[in-house]
Amino acid sequence: MKVADRVRQTPPSGIRKFFELAEEADDVISLGVGEPDFSAPWAAREAAIDALERGRTSYTANRGRADLRRAIADHVARYDLDYEPEREVLVTAGASEAVDLSMRALVDPGDTVAVPQPSYISYGPTATFAGADVLPVQTRAAEAFELTADALREAGAADADVLLYCYPNNPTGAVMDADDLRPVAEFAREHDLTVLADEIYAALTYGGEHDSIATLPGMRERTVVIGGFSKAYAMTGLRLGYALAPPEAIEAMNRIHQYTMLSAPTTAQFAGLEAIRACDDAVEEMRDAYDRRRRYTLSRFREIGLDCFEAEGAFYAFPECPGDDEQFAEELLSEEGVAVVPGSVFGEGGEGHLRISYATGMDELREATARIERFLD
Amino acid sequence: MADQRELLALLLEDARQSTADLARQTGRSEAEIEAAIDELEAAGVVHGYQAVVDWANADEERVEAHVELNVELDRETKYDDIAGRIANHPEVETLRLVSGDFDFAAVVVGDSMRDVSGFVADRIAPIPEVTQTVTHFVMDTYKHRGVDFGGDGDDDRLSVSP
Ligand SMILES: Cc1ncc(COP(=O)(O)O)c(C=O)c1O
Repeated sequence: MKVADRVRQTPPSGIRKFFELAEEADDVISLGVGEPDFSAPWAAREAAIDALERGRTSYTANRGRADLRRAIADHVARYDLDYEPEREVLVTAGASEAVDLSMRALVDPGDTVAVPQPSYISYGPTATFAGADVLPVQTRAAEAFELTADALREAGAADADVLLYCYPNNPTGAVMDADDLRPVAEFAREHDLTVLADEIYAALTYGGEHDSIATLPGMRERTVVIGGFSKAYAMTGLRLGYALAPPEAIEAMNRIHQYTMLSAPTTAQFAGLEAIRACDDAVEEMRDAYDRRRRYTLSRFREIGLDCFEAEGAFYAFPECPGDDEQFAEELLSEEGVAVVPGSVFGEGGEGHLRISYATGMDELREATARIERFLD
Repeated sequence: MADQRELLALLLEDARQSTADLARQTGRSEAEIEAAIDELEAAGVVHGYQAVVDWANADEERVEAHVELNVELDRETKYDDIAGRIANHPEVETLRLVSGDFDFAAVVVGDSMRDVSGFVADRIAPIPEVTQTVTHFVMDTYKHRGVDFGGDGDDDRLSVSP
């Protein structure tokens, strides 16, 4: 069967290869997993079970259940975000769908989407599938992998139409606070960029509160904030996320969503509602556990001589590795049975680095860092 | 005090971790961690460190019972006095004063049911202030000290993912 050109021209992700290598090897400890090692809080799972028992298995409103949209609007108020549940919130099948919808609803073929790199691997292909051109904007270890107005300017993002980024960042673990975001916001206003801010890791910020670019002056009207339940509530498999944006953007995204998805998974919506209502303590416990592992991992890296900037968000560290990162990762896997993801998979600026996920138990982290130490000797 | 909470959380999670690992996870020095643990012990916050055992999987037979105790106080005898007399028996693993229908909740352990019921009948019930005992033998343990004994602990995540 004929496959569409734009699909054929998009290579499978570089993560796939390491997944296959890791699956073949024995006794592997993986620091390559991009999702929580916890299960969703029991209260949220119980709400899903209860919804199923009561036979709540129909579609919901296209935009998602009204009570869930209200809960989401209340929830994001903690980040000083103010969205109207009826017209400015869209519940989606994961943040992934929200990224896809915002791209398809707000980008015309031939438009340019600026994507800071290293970045989450889906952004480029999602933009491509929407017919847009991707403009990589490099971030650097020396600048703690933060996005700067200079980097945007150098990359030529002044002529772009959309900026799509995520902070706290996958793969680097970098965060940007309001002061860091201000020049980016100014650049976006000056050059009339729409900003798609993937803030799915907002709850996993260590050392400070998460700041959203949409709270900066003049930004709310040009920003789509993307959030989700996968990371904070350890609900990856339930597929639930959301978009927050001015009414015209939500209306446009919902136009596509109503034809292509109808509604986000109903069972997940019940779980999500309970998660927001009752699971703050569970989230805090998970965050504290990640934070302890983060400090452990960074301090072990310092001891064994892997340079690593102070990652302060999500559950990733992004140390430098000696030599070629792909080769390093392959040999580390075959010789010591530790799976990591080479940084180059995440685009420009990722080469020479490794993405280390510390969403794994302390015993595994202890053993894995010991093996990396042995490998480096 | 946030530090104490963090350290306690770590010790409760796994008390066998080395001070070096505790230091790495908290961003403090090993000397600071050692001092903080000494302080917890000296202040009577931490009384000891034990394994969480699922006796159903051990080779040894072990019987455990929850025993409710009612007591009668008088001017000379307080709860603490009676508690001391009960808690001194090595068979009493746990003893707490509780609110509600009875006064003390004890956990008593022994090698057999006869052992445990004999202990309650011969050593606890005869204490003059004890007016009533109700013994509940433990039949199965699902969760103990926050540890789920039924959990398979399987990680079914993909080994490498975005
Ligand atoms: C930055 C980022 N955005 C979005 C997603 C996907 O989230 P969801 O499970 O809500 O689709 C991930 C998952 O790895 C991610 O890292």
